[in-house]
Amino acid sequence: MPEAPDATTLTLPLDSWHRARGGRMVPFAGYEMPVQYEGIIAEHLWTRENAGLFDVSHMGQLMLTGTGVAEALERLLPGDIGGLKPGRIRYSLLLNDAGGIIDDLMVTNVSRGSDEAYYMVVNGATKHGDIASLRARLPDTVKLEHLEEQALLALQGPLAREVLERVLPGVPDSLSFMQGTGVEWQGVMLGVGCSGYTGEDGFELSVPNSHAERLAEALLADDRVQPIGLGARDSLRLEAGLPLYGHDLDEQTTPVMADLGFAISKRRRVEGGFAGAERILAELADGPVQKRVGFTVEGRQPVREGGRILDGEGNEVGRVTSGGFSPSLQRPIGMGYVAGALASPGTRLTLEQRGKLFAAEVAPTPFVPHRYHRKGA
Amino acid sequence: MSLYFTKEHEWIRVEGDTATVGISQHAQNALGDIVFAEAPQPGRRLRKGEEAAVVESVKAASDVYSPVSGEVIEGNQAIADEPALINTDPEGEGWFFKVRLEDQGELDGLMDEDSYREWSSKL
Repeated sequence: MPEAPDATTLTLPLDSWHRARGGRMVPFAGYEMPVQYEGIIAEHLWTRENAGLFDVSHMGQLMLTGTGVAEALERLLPGDIGGLKPGRIRYSLLLNDAGGIIDDLMVTNVSRGSDEAYYMVVNGATKHGDIASLRARLPDTVKLEHLEEQALLALQGPLAREVLERVLPGVPDSLSFMQGTGVEWQGVMLGVGCSGYTGEDGFELSVPNSHAERLAEALLADDRVQPIGLGARDSLRLEAGLPLYGHDLDEQTTPVMADLGFAISKRRRVEGGFAGAERILAELADGPVQKRVGFTVEGRQPVREGGRILDGEGNEVGRVTSGGFSPSLQRPIGMGYVAGALASPGTRLTLEQRGKLFAAEVAPTPFVPHRYHRKGA
Repeated sequence: MSLYFTKEHEWIRVEGDTATVGISQHAQNALGDIVFAEAPQPGRRLRKGEEAAVVESVKAASDVYSPVSGEVIEGNQAIADEPALINTDPEGEGWFFKVRLEDQGELDGLMDEDSYREWSSKL
């Protein structure tokens, strides 16, 4: 049963809109959020086949401006921020000084002319800690603004591009995966990024709270769009092999352990100079002690977060960090951390949950192929 | 035939000394899409309140408790083969198990259908 909201649970700009559409509201990341409308499996499959509309306004939207922002950010993130061109988005990680992950995030270069500006989207449950960490660790010349007057919608799925074309003519065609732009709509500015958390083509739309409902309505007016709750968001990202902060990633996890080496840009591997670089570069060279892997489970019963991962002798070699039933594959899948020697696809594992053993196998991720819209594709 | 409900959202249909147990319409709706169910094996002796079966939705795993004591006569293979039956017909085809009632007195204090519907509608 959904818990009653406590005094500290906040509501988002689209709260009544969700309720009017049958959204089942649950507390998440400090907000009342819709976990489902029609049902998680139906919403999941709809997104894989059509277009799903997600309210992700709980996430933190930040704007960083000032001379030398990119250089300052590079001390905290392992990505090549200096080489990120205006209008380009990069997935990155906010690191602590030991190389552990404080949060994972998306950063877009929104600079105009010589005015440096970077727009960042961070996780809802971690945003206040992120802001504190950034403020404490960035020089005073960098201005950090928390865009609390902005809502964030995501339109995801193979038909998202066609749907958005009707609302924002010409915009989808100008954007491939990991590109963003600003566009005026009904008198306000929208930030549009071609990215998401489902493995599908799609867009994230930053909109002033005042116009969030109007934009949601304009998108939902298209029959190809259905509202999608957090439940399907989780099963979609799991199938796409994408980690969830607080579950698959935490401050004890490094980017190399988390198999997010792609987020450590080439130049940064050579030059270092980011928080925890010494440890992270050593792990890149020698291999991590533990590594995040995907796995499939035999049978139908999901093995969920907290399940133990055992080797052939019954020794615990890791823990399940995400697990559930894949609506697309109709079987249980998951991810977790195992010793480096057990991380190759095809490796047989035994999982233990509530005293019951399960046969599992390390699987390549994504479980369901990504269908991002790439330039020239 | 008598139908009873528990505060844990199980229903018990009693015919003679045979009790059929399942989860209520309210429970399946709260759980959402069910992807796995496991009923107890025939011959297992259940005590009242004991974990008897497992039901898992996309989001979470839940236990089904036996509302009465007795020996399991039959587990419903249909829900193992097609867990979604519990969503579509929770108080019919989606039953979990049948048990031979040891103590009719254990039914005292359970809710009848009207009381349960009234009580669960306010949750």
